[in-house]
Amino acid sequence: MIEVKAVSKKFMTIGQEKIVFDKLNFKVEEGEFVSIIGSNGAGKSTLMNLIIGNVPPDQGNIFIEGENITKVDAHKRARFISKVYQNPTFGTAPSMTIKENLAMAENKGNLFGLRFGLKKGAEERYKKIVESLGLGLENQLNTPVGSLSGGQRQSLSLIMATMQKPKVLLLDEHTAALDPKTQIMIMNKTREIVETNKLTTLMITHNLQDAIDYGNRLIMLHNKEIILDVSGVEKQNLTIEKLLKVFNEKDNHAISENMLFS
Amino acid sequence: MTFLMGSIEQGLIFAIMVLGVYITYKILDFPDLTVDGSFPMGAAVVASGIATRGWSPIFALFIAGIAGALAGLFTGFIHVHFKIRDLLAGILTMTALYSVNLRIMGKSNIHLFNQTHLFNKFSLSEHSILNAILIIVVILFILKFLLDFLLVTEFGFALRALGDNEKLVIALGVNEKILKITGLMISNALVAISGGVLAQHQGFADIGMGTGIIVAGLASIILGEGVFKNIKKMKMTSIVLLGSIIYRLAISLALRAGFRATDLKLITALIVIAILAPKSKLSIFNKKAGD
Repeated sequence: MIEVKAVSKKFMTIGQEKIVFDKLNFKVEEGEFVSIIGSNGAGKSTLMNLIIGNVPPDQGNIFIEGENITKVDAHKRARFISKVYQNPTFGTAPSMTIKENLAMAENKGNLFGLRFGLKKGAEERYKKIVESLGLGLENQLNTPVGSLSGGQRQSLSLIMATMQKPKVLLLDEHTAALDPKTQIMIMNKTREIVETNKLTTLMITHNLQDAIDYGNRLIMLHNKEIILDVSGVEKQNLTIEKLLKVFNEKDNHAISENMLFS
Repeated sequence: MTFLMGSIEQGLIFAIMVLGVYITYKILDFPDLTVDGSFPMGAAVVASGIATRGWSPIFALFIAGIAGALAGLFTGFIHVHFKIRDLLAGILTMTALYSVNLRIMGKSNIHLFNQTHLFNKFSLSEHSILNAILIIVVILFILKFLLDFLLVTEFGFALRALGDNEKLVIALGVNEKILKITGLMISNALVAISGGVLAQHQGFADIGMGTGIIVAGLASIILGEGVFKNIKKMKMTSIVLLGSIIYRLAISLALRAGFRATDLKLITALIVIAILAPKSKLSIFNKKAGD
């Protein structure tokens, strides 16, 4: 499904060169829900940026369903890849209403032409969709999204990202900026959406328990490499302690637990 | 009464330009100075078309719109593809257009006396000022309704989202570069048409008539918003249209109060500063410095 083949990427920071990936190979099968963990700077977000096309690789290729997308523009990739960001403001248009936002999401990947943006009967459909969130958004379809809370906006972002079923869903710490109660709500909604649509999903998280609880595969990135890759029963038997042990064994500098959580 | 009618007349002509500035300033969040060049460009195309090429007034306006769109295309292209900052991209086009406009006209001004133009070709009323107002209203409202329609289409949604959140537009699978350029083209087409109508109304095109157009456009939008924003259900296109009339009334009042016509640009700039200063965080023209 997703195949990252011998991808290398380095960034230039002030006077220094930081190698994020050195000939990384990584494969995700169709329908897999992969949790990605790792310390800061391990390249989790870079991996997603490479897949979605925000960052070009220095070397190597990326394939989706066997098609080489390495040189495909970000907006063209967006027709089959969706992403939910950590920042709830990234996934919606604040000055536009909930229903206008949903209407755009429903048209994702298609031509934005001269047909009316809001189609007949759409409002009823959108009402049902946001009703399932249990946030009362169904009564605020005409409210500009900018006046919603972070949790409401992020819920909407998640729905918008998956309204047109993407081939690949990327979640970049998409609950990190929310309060604990909303985090749980969004995670449950995420699971529901991913499972009903059988979406191939990558999820970055700093919450180790979430990484263990959700998804059917878990990888840990560290020092340019994937140092842990488990799925199935092995993943179900994981604990936070086991994860930290793996991490500390591989890490020469003995980075503390806090770094992993931060 | 004549004073009022004159302000409305002027306000309506410039309102076409304000609709254009509204697209870039409010919808695209793009401070586009191209308009100081595309406005006289529209006037130049219309005046030279009518005076030397024998174009009909309506056809001349159509060509002016295309010329304006090309100006917007140029600004958009150098901004998007050469990564030139939005303000500078507009300034570059505006500067280049000064020469282009002189080329179009062949001299620094063209008179339309003894020529057939909008205001002596069509007669909708016996009263000459009323006739002029009616003709302008017809053109203005056709353009306003086209724009209103455009903004509720899928394309319009994407355009509005672009100024709001470019990431989202890309995520929707839309080519954000082409979209931005198209927005600038529509905006400058309107601005040029406005210049073309003004040239026919005042009977001449002049190379200097674009100076400060962007500021007049902004002042109109801000005044309109200030007065009408709390009225719900009122379209932004209507608000900025009325803002244009209020602005022209304010200018007429300033003239009556004894200011010279040459003081008007200073007054306009001061009005805009006075209104923007208290809400500096909201304005894109000083956002970069303020943040």
